[in-house]
Amino acid sequence: MNSKQIKLPMIDDHQTAVCGLGEQAAVTFGDAAGANWVTGQLETVVGPIYQVSTELDYHDRAGSAKTRCGIGRMNYAIPPALYAIGKPDKTSPVLVSANYKLSFDLLRRELTGLDLWVLVIDTKGINVWCAAGKGQFGTAELARMVVCTRLPEIVSDRTLILPQLAAPGVSAHEARRQCGFKIVYGPVRAADIPAFLGADCKVEPSMRQTHFTLRDRLILAPVELVATIKPLIGLTAFFFLLNLMAMLFGRNPVSPNLLPGQTFSDLIPFLIAVLVGVVLVPALLPYIPGRALAWKGWVLGMFWALCFSLFAASNAGWLQSAAYFLIIPAITAFLGMNFTGATTYTSLSGVTKEMGIALPLIIVSASLGLITLITAYFV
Amino acid sequence: MKYTYLKDVVTLQMDQSKCNGCGMCLDVCPQQVFTLTDHISAITDRDACMECGACARNCPQQAVSVRPGVGCAYGILMDKLNIKGKCCGDTCGCSLDNIPDS
Repeated sequence: MNSKQIKLPMIDDHQTAVCGLGEQAAVTFGDAAGANWVTGQLETVVGPIYQVSTELDYHDRAGSAKTRCGIGRMNYAIPPALYAIGKPDKTSPVLVSANYKLSFDLLRRELTGLDLWVLVIDTKGINVWCAAGKGQFGTAELARMVVCTRLPEIVSDRTLILPQLAAPGVSAHEARRQCGFKIVYGPVRAADIPAFLGADCKVEPSMRQTHFTLRDRLILAPVELVATIKPLIGLTAFFFLLNLMAMLFGRNPVSPNLLPGQTFSDLIPFLIAVLVGVVLVPALLPYIPGRALAWKGWVLGMFWALCFSLFAASNAGWLQSAAYFLIIPAITAFLGMNFTGATTYTSLSGVTKEMGIALPLIIVSASLGLITLITAYFV
Repeated sequence: MKYTYLKDVVTLQMDQSKCNGCGMCLDVCPQQVFTLTDHISAITDRDACMECGACARNCPQQAVSVRPGVGCAYGILMDKLNIKGKCCGDTCGCSLDNIPDS
């Protein structure tokens, strides 16, 4: 926490407070102009405010699809500003959200038929939960945006509705002290917002729980798969060289025209190991016994190594089989451990403990496996 | 369903003598770690805590303490290797680029 005394922006001295209001508002306004999700402008006491569509169109869907595959993911932001849904007035509720376009899309598509304000704060294009956990979605930024958008002049009610998952970054009592608005934490999911507003801002216990459904667990798989392309190219080069060396110096040389095919077939167990780690481990997460994610990955890796050795490589030598059992579970354990960052429930202390045990074992297992594998090509 | 991670590992602590029963910790906790009984909050499912820090930050009485952080192996690894910049590459949508130093 910042121990420095923060100057409290008074409701009526926004012109001089935290932000240089004039140019800031002009810049963000210019940015959103012409965006596919802007449907019009609403005249207010502080000037025109953009009205936002509650329906996602082709551009939004294409953008989401690209982002989900890891393309331009770090640069998918919208201008921080106050936006209007429908035709809100001074008594309408104010929702606060992140300026990650995916978060904004998920929010606005649930708001059909409602009249309210959406205050989009600058979270550097990062989603609500991650930004709250890492400090971009914070009390100071919230207070700054309240002042910058001249919100106190636009609404009479002094309440801001924040997504519950913003709470790791925002201190409700501190925010009230800084900007004069009471903070109400709304539901975790945007889909529950109409029900929440309809029930006079009462949150049902079910709206407070994070879900981690099959879809949630697999939504990051495409991004993770894209991230494995580089290491896999390295692995391909490794097997190509290994086969080349074996061809030149090994005991059972393959002929040069078989080299590409041999390289590919050598890769298969490891390609599938990557799929097991990135897709199958998240998919089966609640059903794999044990708690640590590296362990869960290792279990499925052992299972795959067993299947492969029994059914696909039953004529492989013992060295090669040993290499499979050492390398494949190491890969899946690592990928399982990596999945901690995508879950909704792993703690820093837990992951640190898990890594301290798993990482050395993974490195030893993979190294031994690699030595065994290389040896298997030459004896 | 509620997922539970490792046992007896989190840093969450609570000083019940400071609690005024406002229930804010119950509101903000994404893992339903707290229960309110007779206007006093208690940690009733400690192992479910993911150390997001929402309770501690939003407790007006400073009755709750936790070392907050993100349980992300890749982030921790990059931190250990002292690689700055994108904490998660392109894997989780977070970035350490703009974190205040405090």
